[in-house]
Amino acid sequence: MPVTVETPTEKWAGKVREITLGATAAEGGTRTSTVTVGGEGTMPFLHFEGETPHRPVVAIEIYDIAPQDWSPILMDYWGDVVNDVVAWAKKAVELGADAIALTLRGAHPEVNDRSPEDSARVVKDVLAAVGVPLIVYGPGAPDKDNEVLVAVAEATAGERLALGLCEQNNYRTIAAACMGSGHIAVARAPIDVNIQKQLNILISDMGLPLDRILMDPTTGALGYGLEYTYSVMERLRLAALQGDAMTQQPMICTAGHEAWRAKESKVGEGVPEAWGDWKERGIAWETVTATSLIEAGADILVMRHPEAVAIVKKTIDQLVAK
Amino acid sequence: MALTGLQIYKLLPKTNCKECGVPTCLAFAMKLATKSAELSACPYVTEEAKNELEAASAPPVRLVSIGADGRKIEVGNETVLYRHDKTFYHQPGLVVRVKDTQSADEIKAVADAVCGYCVERVGLSLNVDGVAIENASGDTSAFAKAIEVVGSNANVALVLMSSVPATLDTVMPMVADRRPLLYAADAGNWQAMAEVARKYKSPLAVKVDCGDLSALATLTEDITKAGVTDLMLDPGTRSMVDSLQAMTKIRRLALRKNFRPLGFPMISFPGEGASSPLEEVAAASQHIAKYGGVIVLDHFDPTLIYPLLTLRQNIYTDPQKPIQVKPDVYPIHEPDANSPLLITTNFSLTYFTVAGEVEASGVPAWLLIADSEGLSVLTAWAAGKFDAEKIKKAVQTSGILDKIAHKRLIIPGYVAGMSGEIEEELPGWEIRVGPREAVDLSSYLKSLRS
Repeated sequence: MPVTVETPTEKWAGKVREITLGATAAEGGTRTSTVTVGGEGTMPFLHFEGETPHRPVVAIEIYDIAPQDWSPILMDYWGDVVNDVVAWAKKAVELGADAIALTLRGAHPEVNDRSPEDSARVVKDVLAAVGVPLIVYGPGAPDKDNEVLVAVAEATAGERLALGLCEQNNYRTIAAACMGSGHIAVARAPIDVNIQKQLNILISDMGLPLDRILMDPTTGALGYGLEYTYSVMERLRLAALQGDAMTQQPMICTAGHEAWRAKESKVGEGVPEAWGDWKERGIAWETVTATSLIEAGADILVMRHPEAVAIVKKTIDQLVAK
Repeated sequence: MALTGLQIYKLLPKTNCKECGVPTCLAFAMKLATKSAELSACPYVTEEAKNELEAASAPPVRLVSIGADGRKIEVGNETVLYRHDKTFYHQPGLVVRVKDTQSADEIKAVADAVCGYCVERVGLSLNVDGVAIENASGDTSAFAKAIEVVGSNANVALVLMSSVPATLDTVMPMVADRRPLLYAADAGNWQAMAEVARKYKSPLAVKVDCGDLSALATLTEDITKAGVTDLMLDPGTRSMVDSLQAMTKIRRLALRKNFRPLGFPMISFPGEGASSPLEEVAAASQHIAKYGGVIVLDHFDPTLIYPLLTLRQNIYTDPQKPIQVKPDVYPIHEPDANSPLLITTNFSLTYFTVAGEVEASGVPAWLLIADSEGLSVLTAWAAGKFDAEKIKKAVQTSGILDKIAHKRLIIPGYVAGMSGEIEEELPGWEIRVGPREAVDLSSYLKSLRS
C-alpha cells in the first residue's frame, strides 16, 4: 500500500530582520560592495518552509598590529602581511573575505596604547585599501574601547561599519557613536537569551534603529562550550520566528577567535597522538565550530584561517542551494 | 505519542474492581499515564485495548541497536527536535567505510585504526564505533574476505553493504552473532532483503532515492509487515541541504505527528556529497547536530575524527546537567605543605583543562575545586556562583587548611577584579592572580618557583 507523506511545515509569525553592512558612494560611504544578512523566515536552510533571502557571510579577522598571541599555524599562514594592516586586509579580500573584521588591538593600554586618532587613521587606511564592508572591534579594554570607537565612528561617518562590542555594562557610548555616524552596533550578551534581548531593547531605546543592531550571542569553540552557544542561537532564532521583535537581529559569531584559542589549535607539542596533525586539526577545529554555528542560525562568521574560510564558504554554497 | 490519563481511561473496563490495587479505573489510568503502574496489573483489559495502549506507548523513534558485546551502537528513542527542549539521548554511531576492492592490508589498517582509536576528553574516553564494509566488487568471495579481515579485529560494530540479498545471506553466518546492520533494502529487493534480516535477526537499513519520503514510508510499512522491525532510514539525500531537509522532515514527522513509518533512526553518508575530507567533516558535523543515527565516513584520520567526536560529545551533553566534577581538593604531583594552591570551578571542562595544564607543568600543586554548580569561571562569576564568599567557603570547608602551611591562593585571571573582596573574606591571605587561560598555567607555575 503506497503511503503518502505530507511535508511537515511550521508556520512562523516572524522573521529575522535584514541588515546591510557597508555603504556605497551613492549611499554616503565609499564601499564598492555591501553585504546584506538576515531576512530568514525559517529555521536554518529549511527551504520547504520559508525563505533564506541572504546567505551567511564570512568576515576575515585581522589586527592593526602583528598579533602576539595567535597560534603559530595562523602566523605561518599569513606570513609578513601581519605587519602591515593594509596588505593584510587586501590579502584577506583576495582569499574570499566578504567583509573585514578589524580588531584595534594596538590601542590596548597593555599593548601599544595607540591613540584613538591614530586608530581611526588605521581604519581609514583599511577603508581606502579594500572595497568590502568593515566590522571594527575595540582593543578589548572597556574605557579604551569607548574612546577608540567614538573616534573611529566620527572619522568614518556614513560608511555603515559594524562597531563592537556593546555589552550589558558598557553599551551607551558605542551605541551613541553608531547613532550619530550611521553605523551598526554589535551587541554581545554572555550566552543568555534574556540578557541578549534586554541588551537589544536598551540599545534600541537609546534611538538606534533595529536595522542597525547585530546580536553576538558569545561564541564557545568546539569542545569549549559550543553547545551552549548552539542552543542559545536556536532559541533566539525560534523566538524571532515566533514573532518576538526584540530577538530578530541577525547573529554574528567570532568562530575564529574562539577556535584558535583552544589548546587543540594553539599547541602542537606534548598533546595526545590521537589528536592527529596539528595544522589540519586547527583548521578542522575552526571549520567545525563555524559550520555548527551556521546550522544554528549564524548570519556572519568572523574567521581567521583562509583554508577554513574556503570550506565554510563551500558549505554555505551547499546550504543555500535550493 | 503518550496518551493522557483520560484517553487511557476510555480503553479500560471502567468497572472499578480494585483488583489492580487502585480504587478506581480512572485513578489507575492516571497512574499509567505517569508510568507509575503497569497495564498488566489489570486482569480484565481487552486484547484490543492492550494493543492500542502498547502502540501508543512505543517511542516515536524506535531504539535500534547494532552489534553485540564490545562496541554497540544504540540509536533512536529521541524525544525532541532541539536539544534545549530536553536533551538528545543516543549519540550517533560513527563508522568508517572500507570497500572489498581495497587490499587486505589497507582494510586491516583501517579496521585496526578504528578499533584502537581512543581519545580522552573531560574525563570520558571517546571512540569510533565501527566499520562499514561495502561489496563494491560485486563478488561474494571478495566480500567475505574483507569481512574476515575486519571481523577478526575485535568488537567494532559492523555495517554490511550490498544490494544483493543472496550475497548477504552467504556472508551472514560469518558474523551473524555480531548483529551487523544490513544495508540496504530498496524498492527492488526488499522482500528478499527482509527475509535475510529476519533469518539472522539483524537490523536492516531501508533506502530510497533523493529524499522521496513517501516511497520510504511505503517500504518501511511493507517491511514491518514482513516481520522486520529494527529498521534504519536512508532518505538517499547526499548534498548537505537535501540531507538537512530530509532528516529534519523525518524527525519532525516522527515526533510531531507520531508517524510510525518514519519513526526510525537514520543512516547517512557525508563523504558521498563531499569533494574533500574536510568537506566530509563539515557534512558529518551537520549530521551529528541534525538527527543522524549512524554516520558512515569515508576517511579515517585522527585529525578529522577528533573534532567530530568532540562535537558529538558537545551536542549530546544534557543541557540541564553540565558535566561536573566533585568539589574537593585535588593534589597534583604529590604536593607538600608549601606547594601552591590554585582555585577554580567544578565545571568539568574547567577542571580537566586546568588539571591537565598543572600536570603538564610538572610543578606539584593543590587544586581546589569550588562548587559553582557546574559552571565555568566567567559564567559562574557572572551568576554569583563563584564569588568571594563561595571561595572563602571552599577554602574553609574543603580540608585544605590541614594540608598547607601557607596562606597564598591563586585565582583565575578572569576574576582578578575579585581579589580585594577575597582578601576581605579571608583576612591574612595573599590573593595572587593567575593567568586567564589555562594554557598559560605552566609558565606561570614555573615562574613562581624561580
